[in-house]
Amino acid sequence: MDAPKTGDFAHIGKSVVIKGELSGSEDLYVDGNVEGKIELRNHSLTIGPNGNVKADISAKSVIIQGKLDGNVNASERVELRKSAVMTGDLTTQRIAIEEGAFLKGKVDVQREAGRAAPAL
Amino acid sequence: MSSVSDNVMKFFRSSSTQSASPAVPQKLTRRSSGMGEVSRLLNSQEGLCVLDMGATSASNIRFFTGNGHKNYSEDLLCSSLDPALRIQDSAGNSVVDSKKFLEDNLVYPAAHFDVALVWNLPDYMEESLVKPTIDRLWTVMKPGGFLLAFFHTRDAGPDSTCYRYHVTGTDMLEMQEVKFAPPGRPSSEKQSPRLQRVFNNRHIENLFRDFASIKFFLARDAIREVLVVR
Repeated sequence: MDAPKTGDFAHIGKSVVIKGELSGSEDLYVDGNVEGKIELRNHSLTIGPNGNVKADISAKSVIIQGKLDGNVNASERVELRKSAVMTGDLTTQRIAIEEGAFLKGKVDVQREAGRAAPAL
Repeated sequence: MSSVSDNVMKFFRSSSTQSASPAVPQKLTRRSSGMGEVSRLLNSQEGLCVLDMGATSASNIRFFTGNGHKNYSEDLLCSSLDPALRIQDSAGNSVVDSKKFLEDNLVYPAAHFDVALVWNLPDYMEESLVKPTIDRLWTVMKPGGFLLAFFHTRDAGPDSTCYRYHVTGTDMLEMQEVKFAPPGRPSSEKQSPRLQRVFNNRHIENLFRDFASIKFFLARDAIREVLVVR
């Protein structure tokens, strides 16, 4: 996936290093280093192929192409792309994992009312 | 004294099969009596904790979470090849530090898992890690929990293909060849791990001697499926 246009997302470039708590009310694309905590609640987080995140994440949806060390709580959906390397636990309603993605941790798919099985 | 890279390379086949491999990895299927028994347990209850010790598999996560269970993924074969784990023993031989390996892997509360899918890990993992890993599994599994492992028979040669397993049905598995790039080499030089040893039935029984019971299923493809009850 190409990096999204910066107008659509808040963008953390690959030379940026952030330590602390990140929260926001818009979608976020992280291609740099973030250490701490990320809370986007009703918005999406994308960790780009150069992204290196050590944080617990709470968001509506999360797409991982880079490296994540932390737990994810996504109210809607998580995607692990083929270059993803994730260590941590994952709680979501829907999950998609590409061949080649690496996950070390728990997957807990919480069923939506009226929906029987998660999409993968 | 051999170098770390030489010692890690013994886990890979002597020559790359890259050029002979098809562009798209071939997937074979096999019926698994052991998986059938595990599925019966999974179908009888919800909310079980399943530990999958193979490479991350979307099929397996779908199968287990779709039935209301929690899936835990830990690719221990991949983790065991980390060059940082290698130390020298008193004789100067390079060995894997099993203590450090278990500090970084299989770190769970006691009696946590209802099912552990070990697949063919003991046949491909360094020998010094096999018993400590099984002992740790005994600790993190619940009494009555099921462990499924596959062991090659003597008919298997050292170049037997190393497979990862995708669960596609209650007793059906899809087999996909495993390939890793040796440490420090580009991903284009991926090779299949080499079979490290063949356990006989007595070895297998000794390996699981602390568990409550053990059942063997013989298959036609030079594999014994072993279902162990904690």
